[in-house]
Amino acid sequence: MDALVSRYSRPAFQNEGYSKEDQQQALQDVAPPLSLNFALPPVASAASWLRAMTDDHSNPNVPIKIAHGTTTLAFRFKGGIIVATDSRATAGNWIASQTVKKVIEINPMLLGTMAGGAADCQYWLAYLGMQCRLHELRQKRRISVAAASKILANLVYSYKGMGLSMGTMCAGVTPTEGPALYYIDSDGTRLAGNLFCVGSGQTFAYGVLDAEYKYELEDEEALELGRRSILAATHRDAYSGGYINLYHVKESGWVKHGFTDTNPVFWETKLKKGEFSNVTANLD
Amino acid sequence: MASISSFAMPSEAPTYSFAAAQSASGQPRQHGFYPYTDNGGSTLGISGDSFTILAGDTRSTSGYNINTRYAPKLFKLGGSGPNHEGSKIVLSVVGFAADGNALQERLDTIVKMYKYQHGKDISVHACAQRLSHILYNKRFFPYYVHAILGGIDEEGKGALYSYDPVGSYEREQCRAAGAAASLIMPFLDNQVNLKNQYDPNSGPGLEKVQRVPKPLDRTTVEEIVRDAFTSAVERHIEVGDGLQMMIITKDGIEEVYTPLKQD
Repeated sequence: MDALVSRYSRPAFQNEGYSKEDQQQALQDVAPPLSLNFALPPVASAASWLRAMTDDHSNPNVPIKIAHGTTTLAFRFKGGIIVATDSRATAGNWIASQTVKKVIEINPMLLGTMAGGAADCQYWLAYLGMQCRLHELRQKRRISVAAASKILANLVYSYKGMGLSMGTMCAGVTPTEGPALYYIDSDGTRLAGNLFCVGSGQTFAYGVLDAEYKYELEDEEALELGRRSILAATHRDAYSGGYINLYHVKESGWVKHGFTDTNPVFWETKLKKGEFSNVTANLD
Repeated sequence: MASISSFAMPSEAPTYSFAAAQSASGQPRQHGFYPYTDNGGSTLGISGDSFTILAGDTRSTSGYNINTRYAPKLFKLGGSGPNHEGSKIVLSVVGFAADGNALQERLDTIVKMYKYQHGKDISVHACAQRLSHILYNKRFFPYYVHAILGGIDEEGKGALYSYDPVGSYEREQCRAAGAAASLIMPFLDNQVNLKNQYDPNSGPGLEKVQRVPKPLDRTTVEEIVRDAFTSAVERHIEVGDGLQMMIITKDGIEEVYTPLKQD
């Protein structure tokens, strides 16, 4: 009898403690990976509270100053796409960093640029990279730039009014589209185009770029134009500066063309080419 | 009559238990939701060839009050037991101490969970990315902190990552954060990255040659850290009392405490 009872009865505490699923859930709770479950403040209007805490544009004395990015440009030409940025991040008047990488390498074929909230751009372009990889795995082919940019545009549109701040460009070359360039911002705008400048220094960059731009540029000329446009922006826009980050996107993927200090480039442009004649070189 | 139920510091002017009732005007009052306090203090990190040093003062303030003279801003992550034995990653947080502690607890849990699940220590690179995601997870209700993470990377070199409150991050050679960041950071730019230092033998104008920064040795870095803090203490009211330094090498973490001026 005892043998029978022990065979058919189960330990009293068999279901105590954590099940496999519970453990997995507990892990998920403490350690959320890249996800869309964001914590919200316990107030009626999360967006206006967030603005009061972080928008240093409307109130310079906000407690939390979020790092902002600044001048970025990208343009399409015969040889592909040039992407160039400065490297300064500011939090109010404080220069938080002079070495920000504002060109984000989404994958070996796709580049994104960063203007607006640094964290917003970093996080969402990383998220976009993840979605692009998933697309590759599911569809067995690389995602088009149009589709990638639309993933991002739809995503930021779903957070409209919540206080995201980003102005980004997606650049890539695919067999179906050729070189493709899209502008996406946190309002939900998504535009295809040949030439974009984004950020507080955009006007200065447009000034140089529009004057010299033509589609038939050679690779070297195009790189120089990108560099020169950023230089102009760093010269006239206080929120831009640091280093010039240059990329060339081709069919075979993107190629990096250096992270160069603006100061020597400026003096070389002035003294060797005679530009920037508004700046005096001698002190007498 | 001073209020009994108030949690305010005793030095503040007498208040009443129902302060709100004072303004009995019929006008609508806007109640602010202000969940943050700036606890002051400063932190700093410098990475070398085979080590990373993180440092922070130990004063905790709110307004003009000093709450305590010993509140560490440096936390070891992972490792075993209450003293984090065997840990190789350090997190420093400055800003709102409660948020800082919450953040440290979360990341510590993750680092430990990683070890239990994978049977190996998390790399600083992975830990840095994870910290960024934790911070961004509260993008709409941010942690009021500036974090710096230090460790040794997979090649054995010193690694240092700095963060903004919502998780944008970057690997750097050196970084100062907190109240005296604007006092310390220019000093670090000059002494660690040799900014605006030119080879004295190079010519004028375009011939000027910028001195090339080399990885510093440990004693030099320790001296720079101490100098940075003693100077910050002289000119910032929220910095002082003690200097806590953690030196991370491949052999583990060494902790050094030195007193700073207490006024």
